[in-house]
Amino acid sequence: MSDADWPGTAGADTAVADTGLAIETVGLTKRFGRQTVVNEVDLRVPRGAVYGFLGPNGSGKTTTIRMLLGLAGATSGRVRVLGEDMPSRLQQVLPRVGALVEGPAFYPFLSGAANLHRLDTADRFAFGRTRRTRVAEALDRVGLSHAATKKVHAYSLGMKQRLGLANALLMPRDLLVLDEPTNGLDPQGTREVRNLVRSLAAGGATVFVSSHLLAEIEQVCTHAAVMSAGSLVASGTLDELRRVGQAFVRLQTPDVDIARGVLLRLGLAPTAAGDPGHPLADDAGPADTYTVSAPLVDRRVTAEGIVASLVAANVRVRGFVVEEASLEDRFVALTGEGFDVVQ
Amino acid sequence: MSSSEERLAAPVRNGSFGWALLASELAVLFRRRRTIAMLLALALIPILIAVAVRLSSSEVSAGQGPPFLDRITQNGLFVGITALVVAIPLFLPLTIGVAAGDTIAGEAGLGTLRYLLVAPAGRVRLLLVKFAGAAAFCLAATLTVAITGAVIGAILFPIGPVTLLSGDTISVVDSIGRSVLIALYVTVSLLGLSAIGLFISTLTSVPVGAMAATIVVAVTSQILDVLPQLEWLHPWLFSHYWLGFADILRQPILWDSFSDNALLQGGYMVVFGALAYGRFATKDILS
Ligand SMILES: Nc1ncnc2c1ncn2[C@@H]1O[C@H](COP(=O)(O)OP(=O)(O)O)[C@@H](O)[C@H]1O
Ligand SMILES: [Mg+2]
Repeated sequence: MSDADWPGTAGADTAVADTGLAIETVGLTKRFGRQTVVNEVDLRVPRGAVYGFLGPNGSGKTTTIRMLLGLAGATSGRVRVLGEDMPSRLQQVLPRVGALVEGPAFYPFLSGAANLHRLDTADRFAFGRTRRTRVAEALDRVGLSHAATKKVHAYSLGMKQRLGLANALLMPRDLLVLDEPTNGLDPQGTREVRNLVRSLAAGGATVFVSSHLLAEIEQVCTHAAVMSAGSLVASGTLDELRRVGQAFVRLQTPDVDIARGVLLRLGLAPTAAGDPGHPLADDAGPADTYTVSAPLVDRRVTAEGIVASLVAANVRVRGFVVEEASLEDRFVALTGEGFDVVQ
Repeated sequence: MSSSEERLAAPVRNGSFGWALLASELAVLFRRRRTIAMLLALALIPILIAVAVRLSSSEVSAGQGPPFLDRITQNGLFVGITALVVAIPLFLPLTIGVAAGDTIAGEAGLGTLRYLLVAPAGRVRLLLVKFAGAAAFCLAATLTVAITGAVIGAILFPIGPVTLLSGDTISVVDSIGRSVLIALYVTVSLLGLSAIGLFISTLTSVPVGAMAATIVVAVTSQILDVLPQLEWLHPWLFSHYWLGFADILRQPILWDSFSDNALLQGGYMVVFGALAYGRFATKDILS
């Protein structure tokens, strides 16, 4: 399909009081009875970003997205989408937004194409003249052309998810809000969604994509925010998020005590005792080699400085590495591990 | 100008209400197997009546069975009217309860409500379209009974000039016109119940619950209507004029019951439309 069919329009039209943000929330809060499900969330999603919205199940991602789209009202706080207040300017904003919220939902007794046709008629700004072509193109884009005339009740979860994405793509969009778009997809499908997100971003659209699995979206995001139990616990560019993480130095040496002394002098806090014989590489070193590790708190201490000091103190350095914390570690540190649903 | 601005400008230029959504609503409603099944069931009523009367040897005497039943053998045009009388207390409210109770709750239950609203369909517009769909179903249901009745009556019984309640006789063409008027009267009668169903439908995301509640309301209203202790309440019950279309079978036609009924149903539409709006306009869509 030609590029002209899907013009990137983000950033091209800037409203008067435009802050250059595709999504902005201030103190966004939602309570259900006594439970605070979204708590004072301040989101700032720049235009053109692919923004990962991370958090374990139940952390409030979908509820936040419902408020962004005007499906649910905020208990307090403000929402601006594409430079306009929501929900008061909903009718002007939403035609420019494609969305997948809390999984796909369709009329099981209609075909895939008929479902898209139906939802497209709900958009007053979508031309009836082009409806048929747009539906066909959207189906083609998510690889569902072959199942267009099949009833949705015969679709697999992955096919429904694709159809949900097709619905979000019926019109050219400035912003796509995709809630767990890779749910129910096989690895191949997940890869396709990532490619789709990339192509949307390349077209100039802002993509706001939520997931409880960092690995699924880490590769495509420029920015990310992490939710935990309703609160935003981190946000920024991916590099910023990585930097906040703790780096470690790991040293392999037989001279554990001298090495610890050197590290202490440099202001590092090495582990209490060397763990016996954890080789850095698979080809194990001599049996008398131990690992000494220390968190690299002070970023002014460089790796080469540490090694120079160690060598000067006659420490036999058999292996040395500075390990940056992975985003995964950071994510786990922020949200906790395992299957516990945060309440 | 970017394409999105062009798109936003378009409806202003066209002044479009977005009739496509109404067309789509009607298409989805009437192509749905459940809707077709309900209309078929309604069509069975006049067929059963006509066949039963045709097969039974004993003459039906006046005052026996439902009104107009005794006239069927003389004139097949009365089959449709008799069938409507039979369908009004239960069968029609049952199907309207299903159609009206499903309007919003059905979409909520499927989850399509959130996608309609982010399209954006607009909440008021969606309510209007949904009510229009329910009203269209009322018309379709009533016409199904009336038309099937006329056809089966014409097949099984003689057709001829009709003797009215007032004793006057009208031509076949005129009597078909009266049948259409009665079908319209019954359709209007059911609009109040449809509005109640629409309101109930905004309260839940379980469509079966909304359908059942709407049907219970219809039955309750008719029970209250026969309790003499509640006579002061009777003119306010939406079911009060349901069977009051006899005036259409007089010469000249008495329009009083038609207008009383229309006024009452209009009142119910305004009140329950407003309640539905009040509930739905700001409701959190969490389904
Ligand atoms: N309709 C509701 N009523 C009460 N609590 C709800 C409702 N919907 C969601 N919640 C609660 O809100 C919290 C966040 O849910 P959700 O936003 O769906 O999380 P996520 O999308 O991150 O998995 C959960 O604890 C959930 O139990
Ligand atoms: Mg969710």
